[in-house]
Amino acid sequence: MSLAFLHRDKLKRRAMVSGMVVAEPARCVECGTCTYNCPLGIDIRARVRQGLPISSSGCLTCGECVARCPRGALRFEVSPVFRAGAGSN
Amino acid sequence: MARRYVIVGNGPAGLTAAEAIRRDDASADIRIVGGENHPYYSRPGLAYLLTGSIPESALFSRPDSDYRQLGLTRTVGIAHRIEREAHRLVLTDGQVLPYDRLMLAVGSRAVRPPTPGMELEGVVTMDSLDDTRALIRLARSAKRACVVGGGITALELAEGLAARGVETHYLMRGDRYWGSVLDPHESALVEARLEEDGIRLHREVEVGRVIGHRGKVVALETNTASQMPCDMLAVAVGTQPRVELAQAAGVETGKGIWTDAAFQTSDADIFAAGDVAEMLDAKSGKRSLEALWSVAMEHGRIAGANMAGAQEHYRRPAPFNVTKIGGVTTTLIGAVGTGRSETDLLTLSRGDSQAWREQLDAFAVVADRGADHMRLVVGEDRIVGAVVMGDQAFSRPLQHLIRDRVDIRWVRDRLVSGPAEVRQALATLIERTGSFAAA
Repeated sequence: MSLAFLHRDKLKRRAMVSGMVVAEPARCVECGTCTYNCPLGIDIRARVRQGLPISSSGCLTCGECVARCPRGALRFEVSPVFRAGAGSN
Repeated sequence: MARRYVIVGNGPAGLTAAEAIRRDDASADIRIVGGENHPYYSRPGLAYLLTGSIPESALFSRPDSDYRQLGLTRTVGIAHRIEREAHRLVLTDGQVLPYDRLMLAVGSRAVRPPTPGMELEGVVTMDSLDDTRALIRLARSAKRACVVGGGITALELAEGLAARGVETHYLMRGDRYWGSVLDPHESALVEARLEEDGIRLHREVEVGRVIGHRGKVVALETNTASQMPCDMLAVAVGTQPRVELAQAAGVETGKGIWTDAAFQTSDADIFAAGDVAEMLDAKSGKRSLEALWSVAMEHGRIAGANMAGAQEHYRRPAPFNVTKIGGVTTTLIGAVGTGRSETDLLTLSRGDSQAWREQLDAFAVVADRGADHMRLVVGEDRIVGAVVMGDQAFSRPLQHLIRDRVDIRWVRDRLVSGPAEVRQALATLIERTGSFAAA
Protein backbone atom coordinates (compact mmCIF):
# COMPACT_ATOMS: atom_id res chain seq x y z
CA MET A 1 0.00 0.00 0.00
CA SER A 2 2.68 2.47 1.06
CA LEU A 3 4.89 1.40 -1.84
CA ALA A 4 2.03 2.01 -4.24
CA PHE A 5 1.53 5.44 -2.69
CA LEU A 6 5.22 6.27 -3.04
CA HIS A 7 5.14 5.13 -6.63
CA ARG A 8 2.15 7.36 -7.37
CA ASP A 9 3.83 10.23 -5.60
CA LYS A 10 6.98 9.71 -7.65
CA LEU A 11 4.97 9.68 -10.88
CA LYS A 12 3.17 12.83 -9.83
CA ARG A 13 6.37 14.67 -8.99
CA ARG A 14 8.00 13.54 -12.20
CA ALA A 15 5.01 14.81 -14.16
CA MET A 16 5.11 18.14 -12.32
CA VAL A 17 8.74 18.63 -13.20
CA SER A 18 8.95 17.28 -16.72
CA GLY A 19 5.39 17.33 -18.00
CA MET A 20 3.17 19.87 -19.63
CA VAL A 21 -0.55 19.95 -20.19
CA VAL A 22 -1.60 19.65 -23.81
CA ALA A 23 -5.13 20.11 -25.14
CA GLU A 24 -7.14 18.52 -27.89
CA PRO A 25 -9.71 21.21 -28.72
CA ALA A 26 -11.98 18.87 -30.71
CA ARG A 27 -12.86 17.05 -27.47
CA CYS A 28 -13.63 20.21 -25.50
CA VAL A 29 -17.28 21.12 -24.85
CA GLU A 30 -16.43 24.32 -22.91
CA CYS A 31 -17.98 23.02 -19.66
CA GLY A 32 -15.42 24.92 -17.60
CA THR A 33 -14.49 22.06 -15.28
CA CYS A 34 -10.78 22.69 -15.95
CA THR A 35 -10.92 26.42 -15.28
CA TYR A 36 -13.07 25.93 -12.18
CA ASN A 37 -10.62 23.44 -10.66
CA CYS A 38 -7.35 25.19 -11.53
CA PRO A 39 -5.74 26.20 -8.22
CA LEU A 40 -4.00 29.09 -9.96
CA GLY A 41 -7.16 30.40 -11.56
CA ILE A 42 -5.84 29.98 -15.11
CA ASP A 43 -8.66 30.16 -17.65
CA ILE A 44 -7.65 26.90 -19.28
CA ARG A 45 -10.86 26.66 -21.30
CA ALA A 46 -10.20 30.01 -22.97
CA ARG A 47 -6.63 29.02 -23.79
CA VAL A 48 -7.80 25.75 -25.33
CA ARG A 49 -10.30 27.60 -27.52
CA GLN A 50 -7.77 30.19 -28.59
CA GLY A 51 -5.16 27.53 -29.32
CA LEU A 52 -2.75 28.99 -26.77
CA PRO A 53 -0.34 26.60 -25.03
CA ILE A 54 -1.27 25.97 -21.42
CA SER A 55 2.39 25.53 -20.51
CA SER A 56 3.07 29.24 -21.04
CA SER A 57 0.35 30.36 -18.60
CA GLY A 58 2.26 29.74 -15.37
CA CYS A 59 0.79 26.23 -15.13
CA LEU A 60 2.33 24.11 -12.37
CA THR A 61 1.33 20.83 -14.07
CA CYS A 62 -0.50 19.81 -10.89
CA GLY A 63 -2.85 17.66 -12.98
CA GLU A 64 -6.17 18.83 -11.51
CA CYS A 65 -7.54 19.79 -14.93
CA VAL A 66 -6.25 16.64 -16.64
CA ALA A 67 -7.80 14.41 -14.01
CA ARG A 68 -11.13 16.21 -13.90
CA CYS A 69 -11.83 16.95 -17.57
CA PRO A 70 -14.84 14.72 -18.26
CA ARG A 71 -14.08 14.61 -21.98
CA GLY A 72 -10.43 13.65 -21.94
CA ALA A 73 -9.55 16.89 -23.72
CA LEU A 74 -6.39 17.48 -21.66
CA ARG A 75 -3.39 15.22 -21.24
CA PHE A 76 0.17 15.27 -20.04
CA GLU A 77 3.04 15.26 -22.44
CA VAL A 78 6.69 15.23 -21.61
CA SER A 79 8.14 18.65 -22.24
CA PRO A 80 10.59 18.61 -25.18
CA VAL A 81 13.37 19.67 -22.79
CA PHE A 82 13.03 16.42 -20.84
CA ARG A 83 12.02 14.11 -23.65
CA ALA A 84 15.43 12.46 -24.23
CA GLY A 85 15.84 11.13 -20.71
CA ALA A 86 12.21 10.66 -19.74
CA GLY A 87 11.19 7.33 -18.27
CA SER A 88 14.76 6.05 -17.91
CA ASN A 89 14.42 5.18 -14.25
CA MET B 1 -22.81 49.76 -47.19
CA ALA B 2 -21.74 47.07 -44.77
CA ARG B 3 -23.21 43.67 -45.46
CA ARG B 4 -25.84 42.66 -42.92
CA TYR B 5 -25.64 39.19 -41.42
CA VAL B 6 -28.32 37.91 -39.07
CA ILE B 7 -27.61 34.70 -37.16
CA VAL B 8 -30.49 32.97 -35.39
CA GLY B 9 -29.09 30.86 -32.55
CA ASN B 10 -26.56 31.81 -29.90
CA GLY B 11 -24.97 28.36 -29.63
CA PRO B 12 -21.66 26.91 -30.87
CA ALA B 13 -22.65 26.90 -34.57
CA GLY B 14 -24.01 30.46 -34.46
CA LEU B 15 -21.14 32.03 -32.57
CA THR B 16 -18.45 30.21 -34.55
CA ALA B 17 -20.15 31.36 -37.76
CA ALA B 18 -20.07 34.95 -36.50
CA GLU B 19 -16.35 34.64 -35.77
CA ALA B 20 -15.72 33.24 -39.25
CA ILE B 21 -17.69 36.05 -40.87
CA ARG B 22 -15.75 38.66 -38.91
CA ARG B 23 -12.43 37.11 -40.01
CA ASP B 24 -13.40 37.51 -43.66
CA ASP B 25 -15.48 40.67 -43.55
CA ALA B 26 -14.16 43.34 -41.20
CA SER B 27 -16.94 45.82 -41.90
CA ALA B 28 -19.83 43.36 -41.63
CA ASP B 29 -22.85 44.21 -39.49
CA ILE B 30 -23.35 40.96 -37.54
CA ARG B 31 -26.30 40.33 -35.25
CA ILE B 32 -26.92 37.17 -33.22
CA VAL B 33 -30.47 36.48 -32.08
CA GLY B 34 -30.78 34.03 -29.18
CA GLY B 35 -34.01 32.79 -27.65
CA GLU B 36 -32.65 32.28 -24.14
CA ASN B 37 -32.08 35.13 -21.75
CA HIS B 38 -28.59 33.91 -20.85
CA PRO B 39 -25.16 34.59 -22.24
CA TYR B 40 -23.54 31.84 -24.33
CA TYR B 41 -23.16 28.71 -22.23
CA SER B 42 -21.96 25.14 -22.52
CA ARG B 43 -24.97 22.90 -23.04
CA PRO B 44 -22.97 19.67 -22.53
CA GLY B 45 -21.81 21.17 -19.23
CA LEU B 46 -25.38 21.07 -17.87
CA ALA B 47 -24.77 17.43 -16.91
CA TYR B 48 -21.91 18.50 -14.64
CA LEU B 49 -24.00 21.28 -13.15
CA LEU B 50 -26.63 18.68 -12.30
CA THR B 51 -24.12 16.38 -10.57
CA GLY B 52 -22.81 19.39 -8.63
CA SER B 53 -19.28 19.10 -10.07
CA ILE B 54 -19.30 22.71 -11.22
CA PRO B 55 -21.27 25.82 -10.27
CA GLU B 56 -23.55 27.51 -12.80
CA SER B 57 -21.09 30.37 -13.30
CA ALA B 58 -18.54 27.93 -14.78
CA LEU B 59 -20.81 27.25 -17.76
CA PHE B 60 -20.58 30.73 -19.25
CA SER B 61 -17.59 30.41 -21.50
CA ARG B 62 -18.01 33.57 -23.58
CA PRO B 63 -18.55 36.80 -21.68
CA ASP B 64 -20.25 39.80 -23.28
CA SER B 65 -16.82 41.38 -23.73
CA ASP B 66 -16.03 38.69 -26.34
CA TYR B 67 -19.05 39.84 -28.34
CA ARG B 68 -17.95 43.45 -28.10
CA GLN B 69 -14.44 42.54 -29.19
CA LEU B 70 -15.84 40.76 -32.23
CA GLY B 71 -18.21 43.63 -32.93
CA LEU B 72 -21.30 41.42 -32.61
CA THR B 73 -24.71 42.66 -31.53
CA ARG B 74 -26.59 40.18 -29.35
CA THR B 75 -30.37 40.34 -29.30
CA VAL B 76 -32.55 38.27 -26.99
CA GLY B 77 -35.66 37.36 -28.89
CA ILE B 78 -37.59 34.65 -30.68
CA ALA B 79 -37.58 34.55 -34.46
CA HIS B 80 -41.16 34.54 -35.68
CA ARG B 81 -41.03 34.63 -39.48
CA ILE B 82 -38.65 34.97 -42.38
CA GLU B 83 -39.76 37.25 -45.21
CA ARG B 84 -37.54 35.87 -47.93
CA GLU B 85 -38.51 38.26 -50.71
CA ALA B 86 -37.91 41.32 -48.55
CA HIS B 87 -34.86 39.74 -46.86
CA ARG B 88 -36.21 40.43 -43.39
CA LEU B 89 -36.43 38.44 -40.18
CA VAL B 90 -39.34 39.33 -37.91
CA LEU B 91 -39.16 38.57 -34.18
CA THR B 92 -42.15 37.74 -31.98
CA ASP B 93 -41.84 41.13 -30.25
CA GLY B 94 -42.27 42.85 -33.62
CA GLN B 95 -38.64 43.78 -34.24
CA VAL B 96 -37.72 43.60 -37.91
CA LEU B 97 -34.14 42.69 -38.81
CA PRO B 98 -33.16 43.19 -42.45
CA TYR B 99 -30.45 40.83 -43.72
CA ASP B 100 -28.29 40.16 -46.74
CA ARG B 101 -27.35 36.72 -45.43
CA LEU B 102 -29.29 34.77 -42.82
CA MET B 103 -27.97 31.87 -40.77
CA LEU B 104 -30.29 29.43 -39.03
CA ALA B 105 -28.36 27.80 -36.21
CA VAL B 106 -31.43 27.19 -34.10
CA GLY B 107 -30.45 23.75 -32.79
CA SER B 108 -32.85 21.10 -31.63
CA ARG B 109 -35.26 20.58 -28.75
CA ALA B 110 -35.87 17.60 -26.51
CA VAL B 111 -38.93 15.63 -27.51
CA ARG B 112 -41.36 13.91 -25.19
CA PRO B 113 -42.96 10.58 -26.02
CA PRO B 114 -46.71 10.59 -26.74
CA THR B 115 -47.43 9.00 -23.37
CA PRO B 116 -50.45 10.35 -21.47
CA GLY B 117 -49.46 12.55 -18.53
CA MET B 118 -46.25 14.00 -20.03
CA GLU B 119 -47.56 17.53 -19.37
CA LEU B 120 -47.68 17.03 -15.58
CA GLU B 121 -45.50 19.04 -13.22
CA GLY B 122 -42.45 16.97 -12.34
CA VAL B 123 -41.92 15.63 -15.87
CA VAL B 124 -38.63 17.18 -16.93
CA THR B 125 -36.01 17.21 -19.68
CA MET B 126 -32.45 18.54 -19.59
CA ASP B 127 -32.53 20.70 -22.68
CA SER B 128 -31.48 24.11 -21.47
CA LEU B 129 -30.07 25.96 -18.49
CA ASP B 130 -33.60 26.83 -17.33
CA ASP B 131 -34.55 23.14 -17.53
CA THR B 132 -31.53 22.20 -15.45
CA ARG B 133 -32.31 24.84 -12.84
CA ALA B 134 -35.81 23.36 -12.58
CA LEU B 135 -34.34 19.85 -12.27
CA ILE B 136 -32.07 20.93 -9.43
CA ARG B 137 -34.95 22.68 -7.69
CA LEU B 138 -37.17 19.60 -7.94
CA ALA B 139 -34.36 17.27 -6.82
CA ARG B 140 -34.12 19.17 -3.52
CA SER B 141 -37.47 17.85 -2.37
CA ALA B 142 -37.92 14.73 -4.52
CA LYS B 143 -37.56 11.37 -2.86
CA ARG B 144 -37.81 9.13 -5.86
CA ALA B 145 -37.13 9.85 -9.53
CA CYS B 146 -37.60 7.73 -12.62
CA VAL B 147 -35.55 8.24 -15.77
CA VAL B 148 -36.63 7.03 -19.20
CA GLY B 149 -34.80 7.26 -22.51
CA GLY B 150 -31.41 6.34 -23.86
CA GLY B 151 -28.09 7.60 -25.15
CA ILE B 152 -25.81 9.76 -23.07
CA THR B 153 -28.41 12.22 -21.77
CA ALA B 154 -30.47 9.55 -19.97
CA LEU B 155 -27.38 8.44 -18.06
CA GLU B 156 -26.43 12.00 -17.25
CA LEU B 157 -29.89 12.53 -15.80
CA ALA B 158 -29.76 9.32 -13.77
CA GLU B 159 -26.26 10.01 -12.45
CA GLY B 160 -27.03 13.65 -11.71
CA LEU B 161 -30.19 12.88 -9.76
CA ALA B 162 -28.47 10.05 -7.84
CA ALA B 163 -25.58 12.42 -7.00
CA ARG B 164 -28.16 14.80 -5.51
CA GLY B 165 -29.38 12.06 -3.19
CA VAL B 166 -32.60 11.22 -4.99
CA GLU B 167 -33.50 7.52 -5.14
CA THR B 168 -33.14 7.01 -8.88
CA HIS B 169 -34.71 4.33 -11.06
CA TYR B 170 -33.62 3.98 -14.69
CA LEU B 171 -36.31 2.35 -16.83
CA MET B 172 -35.13 0.79 -20.08
CA ARG B 173 -37.49 -0.42 -22.78
CA GLY B 174 -34.85 -2.80 -24.10
CA ASP B 175 -33.03 -5.60 -22.33
CA ARG B 176 -29.83 -3.57 -21.99
CA TYR B 177 -28.41 -0.04 -22.15
CA TRP B 178 -27.97 1.55 -25.63
CA GLY B 179 -28.07 -1.74 -27.52
CA SER B 180 -27.97 -0.04 -30.94
CA VAL B 181 -24.48 1.37 -30.34
CA LEU B 182 -22.89 -0.67 -27.53
CA ASP B 183 -22.27 -4.42 -27.56
CA PRO B 184 -23.57 -6.59 -24.69
CA HIS B 185 -20.30 -6.43 -22.75
CA GLU B 186 -20.13 -2.63 -23.02
CA SER B 187 -23.72 -2.28 -21.88
CA ALA B 188 -22.97 -4.56 -18.94
CA LEU B 189 -19.92 -2.47 -17.96
CA VAL B 190 -22.02 0.71 -17.89
CA GLU B 191 -24.91 -0.95 -16.09
CA ALA B 192 -22.60 -2.33 -13.39
CA ARG B 193 -21.20 1.15 -12.76
CA LEU B 194 -24.67 2.66 -12.54
CA GLU B 195 -25.67 0.05 -9.98
CA GLU B 196 -22.51 0.83 -7.99
CA ASP B 197 -23.74 4.44 -7.85
CA GLY B 198 -26.99 3.21 -6.34
CA ILE B 199 -29.09 3.64 -9.49
CA ARG B 200 -31.73 0.93 -9.77
CA LEU B 201 -32.11 -0.53 -13.24
CA HIS B 202 -35.35 -1.87 -14.67
CA ARG B 203 -35.19 -3.68 -18.00
CA GLU B 204 -37.93 -4.18 -20.59
CA VAL B 205 -40.18 -1.68 -18.90
CA GLU B 206 -42.55 0.49 -20.84
CA VAL B 207 -44.37 3.44 -19.36
CA GLY B 208 -48.03 3.40 -20.34
CA ARG B 209 -49.18 6.48 -18.46
CA VAL B 210 -47.88 9.10 -16.07
CA ILE B 211 -50.23 9.38 -13.12
CA GLY B 212 -50.74 12.75 -11.49
CA HIS B 213 -52.38 14.16 -8.43
CA ARG B 214 -53.31 17.85 -8.38
CA GLY B 215 -51.28 18.34 -11.53
CA LYS B 216 -48.11 16.73 -10.19
CA VAL B 217 -46.49 13.40 -11.00
CA VAL B 218 -47.06 10.78 -8.31
CA ALA B 219 -46.50 7.49 -10.13
CA LEU B 220 -45.96 5.71 -13.43
CA GLU B 221 -48.13 3.00 -14.81
CA THR B 222 -45.89 0.44 -16.50
CA ASN B 223 -46.30 -2.88 -18.27
CA THR B 224 -44.64 -4.71 -15.36
CA ALA B 225 -45.99 -3.03 -12.24
CA SER B 226 -49.40 -1.53 -11.93
CA GLN B 227 -47.92 1.60 -10.37
CA MET B 228 -44.40 2.80 -9.69
CA PRO B 229 -44.50 5.77 -7.29
CA CYS B 230 -42.19 8.73 -8.07
CA ASP B 231 -42.07 12.51 -7.64
CA MET B 232 -40.11 13.15 -10.81
CA LEU B 233 -39.89 11.71 -14.28
CA ALA B 234 -36.82 12.73 -16.29
CA VAL B 235 -37.18 12.13 -20.01
CA ALA B 236 -34.38 11.75 -22.58
CA VAL B 237 -35.86 10.06 -25.63
CA GLY B 238 -34.12 12.28 -28.17
CA THR B 239 -34.12 15.68 -29.78
CA GLN B 240 -35.76 17.17 -32.82
CA PRO B 241 -34.26 19.88 -35.04
CA ARG B 242 -36.17 23.16 -34.88
CA VAL B 243 -37.28 23.29 -38.50
CA GLU B 244 -40.53 25.25 -38.11
CA LEU B 245 -39.13 28.71 -38.95
CA ALA B 246 -37.51 27.48 -42.18
CA GLN B 247 -40.46 25.29 -43.08
CA ALA B 248 -42.95 28.15 -42.76
CA ALA B 249 -40.76 30.25 -45.03
CA GLY B 250 -40.75 27.56 -47.70
CA VAL B 251 -37.09 26.60 -47.24
CA GLU B 252 -36.64 22.88 -47.98
CA THR B 253 -36.66 20.71 -44.88
CA GLY B 254 -36.78 17.04 -43.96
CA LYS B 255 -35.90 15.91 -40.46
CA GLY B 256 -33.70 19.01 -40.35
CA ILE B 257 -33.13 21.99 -42.65
CA TRP B 258 -31.70 20.64 -45.88
CA THR B 259 -28.30 22.01 -46.84
CA ASP B 260 -25.52 21.17 -49.23
CA ALA B 261 -21.92 20.65 -48.10
CA ALA B 262 -21.43 24.44 -48.04
CA PHE B 263 -24.40 24.74 -45.61
CA GLN B 264 -26.46 26.68 -48.10
CA THR B 265 -30.18 25.90 -47.99
CA SER B 266 -32.62 25.91 -50.92
CA ASP B 267 -32.54 29.73 -50.57
CA ALA B 268 -29.10 30.98 -51.65
CA ASP B 269 -29.07 33.71 -48.99
CA ILE B 270 -30.05 31.43 -46.12
CA PHE B 271 -27.62 29.04 -44.47
CA ALA B 272 -28.11 26.47 -41.71
CA ALA B 273 -25.58 24.82 -39.41
CA GLY B 274 -25.32 22.75 -36.24
CA ASP B 275 -27.92 20.30 -34.92
CA VAL B 276 -30.59 21.69 -37.22
CA ALA B 277 -28.68 21.17 -40.48
CA GLU B 278 -29.44 18.01 -42.38
CA MET B 279 -26.53 18.06 -44.75
CA LEU B 280 -26.34 16.22 -48.05
CA ASP B 281 -23.17 14.24 -48.49
CA ALA B 282 -22.54 14.42 -52.24
CA LYS B 283 -20.41 11.29 -52.18
CA SER B 284 -22.90 8.96 -50.51
CA GLY B 285 -26.01 10.83 -51.63
CA LYS B 286 -27.32 10.61 -48.06
CA ARG B 287 -28.45 13.33 -45.69
CA SER B 288 -27.51 13.14 -42.04
CA LEU B 289 -27.93 14.91 -38.73
CA GLU B 290 -25.37 15.26 -35.96
CA ALA B 291 -25.87 16.50 -32.42
CA LEU B 292 -22.27 17.00 -31.36
CA TRP B 293 -20.66 20.15 -29.95
CA SER B 294 -17.43 20.00 -31.96
CA VAL B 295 -19.30 19.19 -35.17
CA ALA B 296 -21.58 22.21 -34.63
CA MET B 297 -18.51 24.45 -34.31
CA GLU B 298 -17.01 23.07 -37.51
CA HIS B 299 -20.33 23.54 -39.31
CA GLY B 300 -20.45 27.13 -38.05
CA ARG B 301 -16.90 27.89 -39.11
CA ILE B 302 -17.45 26.70 -42.68
CA ALA B 303 -20.96 28.13 -43.02
CA GLY B 304 -19.80 31.53 -41.73
CA ALA B 305 -16.88 31.63 -44.16
CA ASN B 306 -19.21 30.74 -47.04
CA MET B 307 -21.71 33.40 -46.03
CA ALA B 308 -18.89 35.90 -46.33
CA GLY B 309 -18.03 34.68 -49.82
CA ALA B 310 -15.74 31.66 -49.44
CA GLN B 311 -16.48 28.36 -51.14
CA GLU B 312 -15.55 25.80 -48.55
CA HIS B 313 -17.09 22.38 -48.39
CA TYR B 314 -17.57 20.34 -45.26
CA ARG B 315 -15.86 17.01 -45.19
CA ARG B 316 -17.77 14.80 -42.85
CA PRO B 317 -15.24 13.36 -40.46
CA ALA B 318 -15.59 10.09 -38.59
CA PRO B 319 -17.87 11.47 -35.88
CA PHE B 320 -16.60 10.92 -32.40
CA ASN B 321 -17.62 11.80 -28.92
CA VAL B 322 -15.92 11.19 -25.65
CA THR B 323 -17.74 11.31 -22.40
CA LYS B 324 -18.04 9.56 -19.10
CA ILE B 325 -20.79 7.01 -19.33
CA GLY B 326 -21.47 5.35 -16.05
CA GLY B 327 -18.27 6.95 -14.75
CA VAL B 328 -16.16 5.22 -17.43
CA THR B 329 -14.42 7.47 -19.94
CA THR B 330 -15.73 6.28 -23.29
CA THR B 331 -14.86 7.33 -26.82
CA LEU B 332 -17.08 6.37 -29.73
CA ILE B 333 -15.56 6.80 -33.19
CA GLY B 334 -17.05 6.13 -36.63
CA ALA B 335 -19.42 3.27 -37.43
CA VAL B 336 -19.80 1.14 -34.31
CA GLY B 337 -23.47 0.17 -34.65
CA THR B 338 -24.51 -3.28 -33.49
CA GLY B 339 -27.37 -3.61 -35.95
CA ARG B 340 -29.94 -3.79 -33.18
CA SER B 341 -32.86 -1.45 -33.44
CA GLU B 342 -33.24 1.53 -31.16
CA THR B 343 -35.39 0.85 -28.13
CA ASP B 344 -35.05 3.84 -25.83
CA LEU B 345 -34.65 6.73 -28.26
CA LEU B 346 -37.30 8.09 -30.59
CA THR B 347 -34.84 10.41 -32.34
CA LEU B 348 -31.17 11.35 -32.20
CA SER B 349 -30.16 12.42 -28.70
CA ARG B 350 -27.66 15.11 -27.70
CA GLY B 351 -24.04 14.01 -28.02
CA ASP B 352 -25.19 11.50 -30.61
CA SER B 353 -24.48 10.81 -34.26
CA GLN B 354 -26.44 8.88 -36.86
CA ALA B 355 -23.15 7.64 -38.25
CA TRP B 356 -22.46 5.49 -35.19
CA ARG B 357 -25.32 3.24 -36.23
CA GLU B 358 -24.08 2.71 -39.77
CA GLN B 359 -23.63 -0.92 -40.62
CA LEU B 360 -20.69 -1.41 -42.92
CA ASP B 361 -19.27 -4.63 -44.28
CA ALA B 362 -17.06 -5.22 -41.27
CA PHE B 363 -16.79 -7.22 -38.10
CA ALA B 364 -15.80 -6.52 -34.54
CA VAL B 365 -12.71 -7.54 -32.60
CA VAL B 366 -12.44 -6.97 -28.90
CA ALA B 367 -9.34 -6.34 -26.85
CA ASP B 368 -9.83 -6.15 -23.11
CA ARG B 369 -7.17 -5.63 -20.48
CA GLY B 370 -8.26 -5.50 -16.86
CA ALA B 371 -10.99 -2.93 -16.58
CA ASP B 372 -10.13 -1.39 -19.94
CA HIS B 373 -12.17 -2.31 -22.97
CA MET B 374 -11.69 -1.71 -26.66
CA ARG B 375 -13.76 -2.81 -29.63
CA LEU B 376 -12.54 -2.28 -33.17
CA VAL B 377 -14.84 -2.57 -36.16
CA VAL B 378 -12.58 -3.82 -38.94
CA GLY B 379 -13.46 -3.59 -42.62
CA GLU B 380 -11.68 -5.05 -45.65
CA ASP B 381 -8.96 -2.45 -45.84
CA ARG B 382 -9.52 -0.05 -42.94
CA ILE B 383 -10.83 0.31 -39.43
CA VAL B 384 -14.33 1.80 -39.69
CA GLY B 385 -15.19 2.32 -36.03
CA ALA B 386 -14.03 1.91 -32.46
CA VAL B 387 -15.29 2.01 -28.89
CA VAL B 388 -12.65 2.71 -26.25
CA MET B 389 -13.65 2.46 -22.59
CA GLY B 390 -11.33 3.18 -19.68
CA ASP B 391 -7.70 3.77 -20.69
CA GLN B 392 -7.74 6.24 -23.59
CA ALA B 393 -4.20 5.78 -24.89
CA PHE B 394 -5.45 4.33 -28.20
CA SER B 395 -8.40 6.64 -28.73
CA ARG B 396 -6.55 9.55 -30.36
CA PRO B 397 -4.54 7.47 -32.82
CA LEU B 398 -7.70 5.51 -33.62
CA GLN B 399 -9.47 8.77 -34.47
CA HIS B 400 -6.74 9.39 -37.05
CA LEU B 401 -6.78 5.84 -38.44
CA ILE B 402 -10.56 5.94 -38.90
CA ARG B 403 -10.88 9.53 -40.09
CA ASP B 404 -8.09 9.20 -42.68
CA ARG B 405 -9.11 5.69 -43.77
CA VAL B 406 -5.60 4.41 -43.23
CA ASP B 407 -4.90 1.20 -45.15
CA ILE B 408 -4.59 -1.75 -42.77
CA ARG B 409 -4.36 -4.65 -45.21
CA TRP B 410 -0.77 -5.46 -44.28
CA VAL B 411 -1.68 -5.93 -40.61
CA ARG B 412 -5.31 -6.99 -40.92
CA ASP B 413 -4.70 -10.72 -40.32
CA ARG B 414 -3.05 -9.92 -37.01
CA LEU B 415 -5.76 -7.43 -36.05
CA VAL B 416 -8.50 -10.01 -36.45
CA SER B 417 -6.58 -13.06 -35.24
CA GLY B 418 -7.77 -12.93 -31.63
CA PRO B 419 -7.97 -10.81 -28.51
CA ALA B 420 -4.38 -11.45 -27.44
CA GLU B 421 -2.94 -10.04 -30.64
CA VAL B 422 -5.19 -6.99 -31.20
CA ARG B 423 -3.44 -4.46 -28.96
CA GLN B 424 -0.01 -5.47 -30.22
CA ALA B 425 -1.09 -5.31 -33.85
CA LEU B 426 -2.77 -1.96 -33.29
CA ALA B 427 0.35 -0.56 -31.62
CA THR B 428 2.44 -1.67 -34.62
CA LEU B 429 -0.06 -0.08 -37.01
CA ILE B 430 -0.01 3.17 -35.09
CA GLU B 431 3.76 3.27 -34.90
CA ARG B 432 4.27 2.54 -38.60
CA THR B 433 1.67 5.03 -39.77
CA GLY B 434 2.71 7.80 -37.41
CA SER B 435 -0.81 8.01 -36.03
CA PHE B 436 0.26 9.18 -32.60
CA ALA B 437 1.82 12.25 -34.15
CA ALA B 438 -1.01 12.81 -36.60
CA ALA B 439 -3.87 12.45 -34.14
